[in-house]
Amino acid sequence: MATTTEEEIDIELSPPGEEKGVLTGGIQSLFYTVDHKKLGLMYIGSGLIFFVIAGLMATAIRIQLAIPKNDFLEPDVFNRFFTMHGTAMVFYVGMPIIFGFANYLIPLMIGARDMAFPRLNAFGFWMFFFSACLFYFSYLGAEGLYGAGSAPDVGWFAYSPLTAKAFSRGHSTDYWTLSILLGGIGSLATALNILVTVFCFRCKGMTLGRMPLFVWLWIVVAFLTLIALPPLSACQIMLTLDRYLGANFFNTQAGGSAVLWQHFFWIFGHPEVYILILPGFAIASEVIPVFSRKPIFGYPIMVAASVMIAFISLGVWAHHMFTVGMTSLGNTFFAISTMIIAVPTGIKIFNWLGTMYGGKIRLDLPMMFCIAFLFQFLIAGLTGVMLSVAPFNWQLSDSYFVVAHFHYVLIGGLLFTLFAGIYYWYPKAIGRMLNHKLGLWHFWLFIFGFTLTFAPQHVSGILGMPRRIFTYDPGRGWEIWNFISTVGVPFQIAGVACLVANMIWSYFKGKKAGDDPWDAWTLEWATTSPPAEYNFEKLPVVRSRRPLWDLKHPEDPDWKHE
Amino acid sequence: MSELSDVGMINQSVPPEEEAEWKLPSFRKVGVILLILTETALFTIFVVAYLFYIKKSLNGPYPQDVLELPILATVALLSSSITVVIAERAFMKNARGTFHLWWGLTMVLGLFFLGFTAHEWYTLIYRDGLTIATNVFGSTFYALVGLHASHVIIGLILLGLVFVLSLLGHVKPDQAERIEMISWYWHFVDVVWIVVFIVVYIISRSA
Amino acid sequence: MACMLIGLTTAIAQSDSTVHEVANMFEPKSTPAEMIHEISLLVLLICGVIFVIVTTLLVYTVLRFRRRGSGDDHEEPPQVYGSTQIELAWTVLPILITVVLILVTARTIGEIQDAEMPADALNIRVVGHQWWWEVHYPDYDFVTANEIHIPLSSATERRVTHVALESADVIHSFWVPQLNGKTDLVPNRTNHLWLEPTSTGTYLGNCAEYCGTQHANMQLRVIVHPPDEFAEWVRTQQAAPTVDPAVARGYDTFVSNSCVNCHTVNGTVADGVFGPDLTKLMTRQTIGAGVAPNDTANLRSWVRDPQVLKPGALMPDMKLLDSEVDDIVAYLQTLK
Ligand code: HEA
Ligand code: HEA
Ligand code: HEC
Ligand code: CUA
Ligand SMILES: [Cu+2]
Repeated sequence: MATTTEEEIDIELSPPGEEKGVLTGGIQSLFYTVDHKKLGLMYIGSGLIFFVIAGLMATAIRIQLAIPKNDFLEPDVFNRFFTMHGTAMVFYVGMPIIFGFANYLIPLMIGARDMAFPRLNAFGFWMFFFSACLFYFSYLGAEGLYGAGSAPDVGWFAYSPLTAKAFSRGHSTDYWTLSILLGGIGSLATALNILVTVFCFRCKGMTLGRMPLFVWLWIVVAFLTLIALPPLSACQIMLTLDRYLGANFFNTQAGGSAVLWQHFFWIFGHPEVYILILPGFAIASEVIPVFSRKPIFGYPIMVAASVMIAFISLGVWAHHMFTVGMTSLGNTFFAISTMIIAVPTGIKIFNWLGTMYGGKIRLDLPMMFCIAFLFQFLIAGLTGVMLSVAPFNWQLSDSYFVVAHFHYVLIGGLLFTLFAGIYYWYPKAIGRMLNHKLGLWHFWLFIFGFTLTFAPQHVSGILGMPRRIFTYDPGRGWEIWNFISTVGVPFQIAGVACLVANMIWSYFKGKKAGDDPWDAWTLEWATTSPPAEYNFEKLPVVRSRRPLWDLKHPEDPDWKHE
Repeated sequence: MSELSDVGMINQSVPPEEEAEWKLPSFRKVGVILLILTETALFTIFVVAYLFYIKKSLNGPYPQDVLELPILATVALLSSSITVVIAERAFMKNARGTFHLWWGLTMVLGLFFLGFTAHEWYTLIYRDGLTIATNVFGSTFYALVGLHASHVIIGLILLGLVFVLSLLGHVKPDQAERIEMISWYWHFVDVVWIVVFIVVYIISRSA
Repeated sequence: MACMLIGLTTAIAQSDSTVHEVANMFEPKSTPAEMIHEISLLVLLICGVIFVIVTTLLVYTVLRFRRRGSGDDHEEPPQVYGSTQIELAWTVLPILITVVLILVTARTIGEIQDAEMPADALNIRVVGHQWWWEVHYPDYDFVTANEIHIPLSSATERRVTHVALESADVIHSFWVPQLNGKTDLVPNRTNHLWLEPTSTGTYLGNCAEYCGTQHANMQLRVIVHPPDEFAEWVRTQQAAPTVDPAVARGYDTFVSNSCVNCHTVNGTVADGVFGPDLTKLMTRQTIGAGVAPNDTANLRSWVRDPQVLKPGALMPDMKLLDSEVDDIVAYLQTLK
């Protein structure tokens, strides 16, 4: 990356710990780097690679299910594929990409030179990367001495006692456990790092109330990570003790409880889905104002709603367990707490609409992805509310309706905002614009394929199709829906291929971006594209939520209104 | 569009603010507080598992049969929180000798505690036949107490490192904050022990 | 005349054995499923209205406030930072809707889950296994598998079936969408569920909690009979089994192989409990928990090597000779 001004900087400005190998630059520097921007891009890059792998597994799943009684995949291979697909998409696609955005942007947005602990930051990345490698290595390594196994096949939430030695021989489950445990340590380190950076390294004038919403949402996400991830680590430790030392935490034959695993997993698992979606909200909260040419509507209440969401999300986990046989009181409690989340989430949706209302909406690619996100997330949220009605959930749970719900949130919600973020910040990170035409192809192909794939799954779920089945009989009314669902996948592949091609092509041939191609307002646009290693030549001083607005409109600066 | 790389421009456009200086909290303190927060979440789950499995063992030995109140070890560990504070104060006053004395004493107390745990486990395993695989009590007991002990070990390593470096003269007065952070961590380990003590040695023995 | 009679009886039999192949939860055929149906319609309606309103707002906003022209219009729109009244409105409205949802949900949960079971309810105990269902009828003292027969409930004669759910290994879930929502079968724990079918026929369902390799082929059938037909079925199941001398060779082969370690056939030495009870095997429509229809070819294939029809099933390939397979199948086919 072009950092021509590097020589002019005095030593103190370069981030601590940046070591130079004999061969500077190129691949080698990726291994040494502690620069938050490089690490951020590495997170996003590897996340995208794992996305393609996990996406190909999903493709295989869809081919198998295209017609009844298909034998494209063996039962065990199918079970491994959905486990690997789900686990990878959550832990090795969603998490790294959002962490990548946070890493890249937060120091820039708060006017800092790097993260608080650059080495810890690199440690976090490499823990994630190593754990992902370990996870995929299970395909080779898990055979073990017992000859059973290969990749994990217990589902992404790995309910006990299916994971007990008695029902899962070989080492596949151990690979699953250990890689998630390691990845979790990396995520904890990164979350801690983000919080310390935000609390201790803001530039002058950047009070908490003036931070971009992106940063605010990341405070919430990082706190949620610190609180919700340890339960996952704890139950992985317990499971490992069970499997290696014969402990009985989840051994139902020796008084262990199968339901305890579910509680521990979902105490993590539910906040996890908000850990994934809040960064999506964060991106939308940056893109929508800039492309509507208006400040975010109701900044304080947006912050409050996010904090509310995070807070409530810690108390709703058992809505994944309505069918496990809780008392009616328990079911009612968790149904109530889950529904309450609709309120702060609704506030966010309405505030985004309020931001757009009365603006001058520029329908550029980032904004298009955000509008699609609003629409799809609305559907996803409403199906979520249906699922939270416990009696309705007794029908819908573990059916394809749930699969549709969570792909609508995870793809229609998260992935679409990530795409928006890629189109929005690529010019900053690379210095060149992404191609608009290819971007349009990406957008329309993907949205078409996505809808074709996942909208019919609502119907197959209502017609009684359970999830995680490798085959089904003809005549049960599921054929047509599954077939349509599979037809959507090639369109998604073509869409993703457009994105990948676009990112590569534009890297070399894209239009030069300049510092501030979108006429935006936050600090990252006040430095060069790509930013120098030290981010800012002189640390800025901030007086309002939109420092660049103040700069561009001295006649009507924001700080007069805040 | 416009080139804004010169952030200095922003700085000029900003009117002089009323506020005098820009002060942010110490990043070490914030870091350690967050570390303690996340560790608390981790311990909580192990404590909950322990509580959940009280009286759920299908076979003995049960807590009330084999556990003894670890009064001495508890006193040792808790008083090490006091000694570490004294050491820290001494460090602030740059009284190195006193610092070494109390810091060393903290370590001795910590080691004593670990020794007790080792002895306790030895008796449980070889006299009472309670292992991690015996029953759910064994599983939760060794996991929880073991997790705590592992934190004591990490604390001891940190304490030891500082001790040795300081004896070698590598610890400078301006590193006082790091010393303080280690003592915060050590206090945390102590507080966790109080919880473990109450849950394991009082509640489960009397349940 | 005789032909007509036969034709008539089969017609009646057929009308009773409608197979409800599409397990559509919006065509409920049992009281609890109907209660769920009711609340789901309400929830769908509420969500539908919200969907329409918000989508309209979104589309209107995008269309109305789209920037027109070539894009060199650099004038910024009025900068609005928020409005307390508006925000209050869109906080309070969702709260009200949520309150409604909470109230109906709480009521329906109670009505279904805490429903009083009538004293004459039929009790069934279902035990989940990897990958089949063991079905006990404690009231009548017999055991069967995979296919559950229950009586019809009508206005004149209310018949409720109370199902106790347990698991022998991992977690499974009992789900017959037209009869009720699902409930898990969890090891070390007994869950409950009730059915009150309002229309006869065969209802299909599936195990709805992932339970390993053959989770997909852990299917369920619930066959609802009019009360007299149900009584008849119970009598068949209770009838003492007889060994037909014609299949004595098959019987001998069966009992001299390890089949007996895993399967039970009442009145013989076969008393294993690892696999399904075979005492009345031929009264079942399918084998292997719905993996294949129960006919000679499939039975032969199954006994020869179950891994062909159901790879991963916990019944091993017994490596029997062709003749042994024939004999055993001939014997099995007398179990009715
Ligand atoms: C990004 C991830 C994400 C997000 C944001 C959500 C959001 C929500 N989810 Fe979802 N969920 C998942 C990811 C996510 N979910 C995943 C991965 C699973 C499956 C896990 C597995 O089993 O593998 C799952 C499963 C799941 C279940 C369990 C299903 C089952 O297995 O039985 C339930 C049940 O309550 C549920 C509910 C909800 C609700 C109520 C919301 C709410 O947050 C939605 C709130 C939003 C709105 C409601 C829309 C906007 C609001 C308005 C316009 C205001 C007006 C509206 C009202 C007043 C209703 N989800
Ligand atoms: C972020 C999360 C995420 C994402 C993005 C996806 C994406 C997709 N998922 Fe995912 N899915 C999950 C999370 C996710 N999924 C989870 C958590 C589960 C539950 C697992 C479990 O039950 O345990 C699940 C389960 C699941 C199932 C249910 C399996 C079952 O229950 O049996 C299905 C079935 O259709 C499915 C399909 C798909 C499809 C078709 C996509 C598609 O959108 C994928 C599209 C992407 C590609 C197709 C990439 C390919 C791209 C290329 C090949 C580009 C080539 C370019 C070059 C070479 C330059 N998923
Ligand atoms: C190791 C245990 C074991 C042995 C030995 C065994 N079976 Fe099985 N059998 C099972 C199990 C388990 C099933 C259920 C498989 C499933 O549906 O997943 C089963 C299913 C069946 C079924 C289908 C029953 C139904 O209603 O679906 C038949 C018939 C059968 N076995 C016959 C036999 C015969 C004949 C033998 C001996 C030659 C035999 N079994 C030996 C375990 C065993
Ligand atoms: Cu049994 Cu799935
Ligand atoms: Cu959830």
